[in-house]
This record gives sequence, C-alpha cells and structure tokens, in this order.
Amino acid sequence: MLSRIVKRARLMFRSTAVRLSALYILLFAICAAFLVIYVTALSEKTLVQQTRQAIEEEVADIQRAFNRGGVNLLLRMMERRARQPGANLYVIAGPNGEMLAGNVSSVQPGVLDQEGWTNLPFSYEPYSEIGGSRRHLAIANVWRIDNGLRVMIGRDLGDPSRFRYIVRQALMVALAIMGLGALVIWFGIGRNALKRIDRMSAASQKIMAGDLSQRLPVGRSGDEFDRLSGSLNAMLGRIEKLNEGLRQVSDNIAHDLKTPLTRLRNKAADALAEDREEVRKAALEGIIAESDQLIRTFNALLMISRVEAGSMAAEMSNVDLSAVSADSAELYEPVAEEAGISLLTELGPGIVVNGNRELIGQAIFNLLDNAIKYAGEAHGEPVIRVTLASGGGEVRLSVCDNGPGVPADKRAEVTKRFFRLDASRSKPGTGLGLSLVEAVMELHGGRLELSATDETKTDAPGLTITMVFPVPKP
Amino acid sequence: MQTPSFSSAKTEDSDSANVSAEAIVPHMKILVIEDDLEAAAYMTKAFREAGIIVDHASDGESGLFMGSENSYDVMVIDRMLPRRDGLSVISELRKRGVNSPVLILSALGQVDDRVTGLRAGGDDYLPKPYAFSELLARVEVLGRRKGTPEQDMVYRVGDLELDRLSHEVKRAGKDVLLQPREFRLLEYLMKNAGQVVTRTMLLENVWDYHFDPQTNVIDVHVSRLRSKIEKDFDKPLLKTIRGAGYMIKDEG
Repeated sequence: MLSRIVKRARLMFRSTAVRLSALYILLFAICAAFLVIYVTALSEKTLVQQTRQAIEEEVADIQRAFNRGGVNLLLRMMERRARQPGANLYVIAGPNGEMLAGNVSSVQPGVLDQEGWTNLPFSYEPYSEIGGSRRHLAIANVWRIDNGLRVMIGRDLGDPSRFRYIVRQALMVALAIMGLGALVIWFGIGRNALKRIDRMSAASQKIMAGDLSQRLPVGRSGDEFDRLSGSLNAMLGRIEKLNEGLRQVSDNIAHDLKTPLTRLRNKAADALAEDREEVRKAALEGIIAESDQLIRTFNALLMISRVEAGSMAAEMSNVDLSAVSADSAELYEPVAEEAGISLLTELGPGIVVNGNRELIGQAIFNLLDNAIKYAGEAHGEPVIRVTLASGGGEVRLSVCDNGPGVPADKRAEVTKRFFRLDASRSKPGTGLGLSLVEAVMELHGGRLELSATDETKTDAPGLTITMVFPVPKP
Repeated sequence: MQTPSFSSAKTEDSDSANVSAEAIVPHMKILVIEDDLEAAAYMTKAFREAGIIVDHASDGESGLFMGSENSYDVMVIDRMLPRRDGLSVISELRKRGVNSPVLILSALGQVDDRVTGLRAGGDDYLPKPYAFSELLARVEVLGRRKGTPEQDMVYRVGDLELDRLSHEVKRAGKDVLLQPREFRLLEYLMKNAGQVVTRTMLLENVWDYHFDPQTNVIDVHVSRLRSKIEKDFDKPLLKTIRGAGYMIKDEG
C-alpha cells in the first residue's frame, strides 16, 4: 500500500509540471518565512519603542514629583499610580533589592542592580498575581535616589506566546494559500501542458508506426508548444517529401533496371533455344550490349554517390576551364555535326576555377550529350551554343540548345535521379546525367541554373543549363 | 567485398585479336591477385580462353611472394586484399626491383583514387565494376608495352605510315591530312597495332579524361579517322571489335 503510494508519487514527480510546482512552492515558502520573520521583528521593535515612550513619560512625571517634593512626594505618587489598573510597573526597592513599595512582588534577579534601560525584556510577577502561572514580560528604566533606594518604572509587553501564536497562524494561512495556488497552477497550466505533450507523443507514435502524413496538433496561441509542433510538422513535411523522392527513385531504379534485365533474360532464353549459329551470336551480342548499358547505369549511380559523399574533394586543383570547355566542344563537335546540329562556342580565354578536371569534364560532356539529344527536335536549324564567361565573382559556363526546352515547373526535377521528361523513357540515356552535373556543382561550391534559351519562342524555347562556379580565391 | 559484374566480350572479332596477341607475345603470363574467389575464377578462365597464362593469389602476402619469385608480363592487383593491402603489395614489389606493369583494380564503392594508385607504382587503373573486355584489352596493351620501343619514330601498319616527329601520315605513299586530335588518335592506335583498344582507353590516352564515355563520341571520331585513312583504299585497316573497341591491323 505504502510502496504503491510512493511509486505513484515518484511517477507523478517525473512529470515536469509537478516538479515545477513543487519548486515554486518551495521558493514561495522560503520567501514567506523570510517575510514573516521580518514582519515579526519589525512589529516587535515598534512595540518596544512605543512601550519605552510610555515609560519615558511616566519617568518624567515621577522625577518631576521627586524634584518638587523629595522622597515623600515620590512615594505618594508611586503608591497612587500603582493602585491604578494598567500595564505600568512601579517599584521602589531597598539597597539590597527588597521590594518596599509598588505593584510588583518580584522581578528577574539582577534587573534592579543596573541603571537605565533594561537591555532585554525581563520576567516579573505582579503583586496582584502572586503564585500565578502566567509569565509576564516587561521592559523598564531603573535609577537610584538617596539612601540607596532604587526606583523602577516599567511596562508590560503583553503575552509573548499569544504574539507567537498569531505569527504562526499567519504563516500557516500564507502557506496554505500558496499550496492551493500551486495546485491551481498545476491543474490549470501544468496539466494542460502535460496533456498537450501527451497529444504530441500520441501523434509521434502514429507517425513512427509509419503514417508519415500525420501531423502534430497545433493550437492557436502561438506559444512555445505551438511553435515546437510547427517546427516538427515542417520537419515531417520535409521527411515525407524526401521519403517520397526516395520511393520515386527506387521505383525508377526498379523500372530502369527491370526493363533491361527482362530483355536480357529473354534474349538469353532466345539464344538458348536458337540452333542457327549466326542468330545465336547476334542474340549473345545483344546480351553483352544490354549488360554494358546496365554496368553504365550502375557506374553512373556509384559515381554520383561518390561525388555527393565529397570523397573527391581531395583531388581539387586549379582547372583551366577554358581549355576543358574547348576540349569538350571539340570532342562533341563531330557528334553534333553527324546529328545535323551546329555546335558554336564563345569561350573566354584563360578562365581558371578550383576543382576536379575529370568531374568538370564529365559534367560538360553530360550537358553536351543532353543538348545534342534535344536540339535535334528544334524547329528550324538546330544550334548548340557553349559560352564561358567570368564576372561578378562567378564563372558561368552555359550550354544552350534551341530544342523543345523544359517547362518551368519541371526544371527543378530534371536533376533528380532517373527523372526523364518523357515518362515513357523512349529516349536513350540513364536519366542520371544531370544528377551527376548537379552533384559535381555542389562539390565545387557552385550551382546549376536552368532557364529557357529564348522565352519568346513558345513552341521551342530551348534549354540553357549554366554551371555557375565561384571564382577561386588567389 | 562484392562480386564485380563482368560482361564478356567474346565475339568473333575479339577471337582474332587474341590470336594476334599470342602471335606477338607468345604465352603472355600474368598474375592475378584477387581475394574474391568467384571473380578470380571467372577472370582466370576468361584470360586462359584469350591465350594468357594466369597465376592466381588470393591474398596480399602470397601475391607479393609469387610476384617477387616469378617473372610476370603483367600483374592485376585488387586494391582491397586480406593480409596486405594492394597498394602496399605494389610498392613492396617495386622496392624489390620487380618492374612488370601493374593494373590496379579499385574496390567496388571505394573512392576512385587513380592518382594514389599510380603513385604507388601502378601503371593502369580500372574501377569496378568493369567489363572483362576492358580488362583484357588493358592487360594485353600493358603486356606488350615492354616489346614496344617508345623510341620508334615511325609507326607502320601495312601501307600506312605515321611519322611521330614530322606529324606526317602517309598511306601507300600518299599524304593523309589529319587534324591534331585525329593524329593522336591514330598514333595511339598504331602504337598498339594488333591490340584491342577500348573507347575508355582512347578517351584516356587521346583526350586525357579517365571515365567511361557513355555515348558514341569516340565512335564518331574513329569513323572520321577511318574515312580519312581508308576512303580511297580497298584494304580496311581500322577494325571495330564489337563489344570491346577498336584495333588497327594489317590483315596481311
């Protein structure tokens, strides 16, 4: 039973709200205790001061009487006053401390031996209450007159236990109010916050179970919790998008690899069934060509992964981009010519970037490959322009064609792995060319820009792909 | 280690290429250091079919031992090997004065670090996965390197002549005009006359880019060159080896 309660309490204490409330209560209690002590001390001091003032007035009266009429008048006045009801103490004591007159039967020893104000409140017994159990506290002023007689005028401070009782009561009430306040805070705010966190956990559980379309609840207050939910939702959106992209890539890989593998298999089956040597040889050659294409696809995938992993960054050096561009154009010029395409170059001389010559070369080859593939569909004479220029802290290498171009909303997608503009994938190619170019540009701290070559030609605006390099630091 | 994928290039043309390789370097003898036994078995079989004598070592230490005890025309060394890393095998072999040409096979998925490989003493570098035809062509070219005097100033194949100093090309005594790049293309083909030269090898040696040309760029250059050196002549010299590459050869 007890252990269960302890366990529950421990569980409860694990909740942030309960812990925070407890901390608040503790802090409040400490503050309240200080406050009470301070107030008590202050009021005690005020009480003593008021008492002293009353005593001083009394002392002044008595001393005046003494000055006027000597001991006789003093005695008479003291006797008269002592008989009046009130909190004042009047004592005339002999040289040995024996009580001669007044309304006090005994005082704390030593009080009458000093002169002037008593330093601390002292206890005494009034004449009217001899043998009584109540304790009386007082402060007093003592002075000596002729014949060793001592006069003491004092005043009762009231019941000290009653005073303490009031203070304790006040403290208890204050603590009770604070405890209540903490409970209200916990119920009102803590529990609310806890519930919201629980709702967030529940939503997360669902998301972890695989439903990425789930979102965390967002309230209208725009507080920390809502902002947290908002951020997490944004993150989930990004993850969902990446996941979607990944699935797209997997689907595309499956499609791109399954088709040639199926063809490969069918060709092998045909070759196996074929008796005529010539036909079988042809089928086997087809198998080799098909396999080579598959190897190319894998090589391209591996290459992109390596470039993206940045493992080639170590091989960076100064690359004469003008020379690489000229080489590339020269390499592709006969291919373009064979396809009936004019390949024109406009290359700024001596432009150098920091990079990997092999990768930049391959990227340019891919762009030219791509341009030749699509410029063939140009309306009118197909032209490819390669321009290289440096300026504004950038080096820009553009390959422009006047083919059908890419619609603006598809431009962000063409660099995705296995993305093809024509869903049927009728054109040859791995669908990886531009992915590699983009990865290469990222490795070089640059970017890839896609735009229309000529916006005004709506039927064939063409595509301009620009590799933007940062200018190397000297 | 993953198994590299191979695709054989055993076509009717490459058969003749292998015969020629045997004719020039009778019984070329190579050492394959490869820990993937399946890949090694395939390679050994394919090399033997191409008329090459193959020894196989399956780890770095035994490879180093065999490489320094025997004389090989070419050594094919995988980069990732048990007991001793491929690059360290090569540098140790070089230290021991073994000068046979070495072809390094990169491990699949590893950083394609050609420069490190060549610095360690390798002569050629082939990243996995590769086509076996590519490996065979490179091994044959490497194996023949010893017998090809670099100082030959004039290459001759049949009635085709190439003067490396004057950059003149003649066929049957008649001048053939070539662009500078076409000249380098022909020079590389003639230097390796009778050998299969792959498209990748051409891109490497003529254009100095080390990757697999994905499209037919090299083919177009070769066919241009072919038209210039064969247009007015009956006898073809520059052959296309299907599934592998090209070869320049005088059929006699």
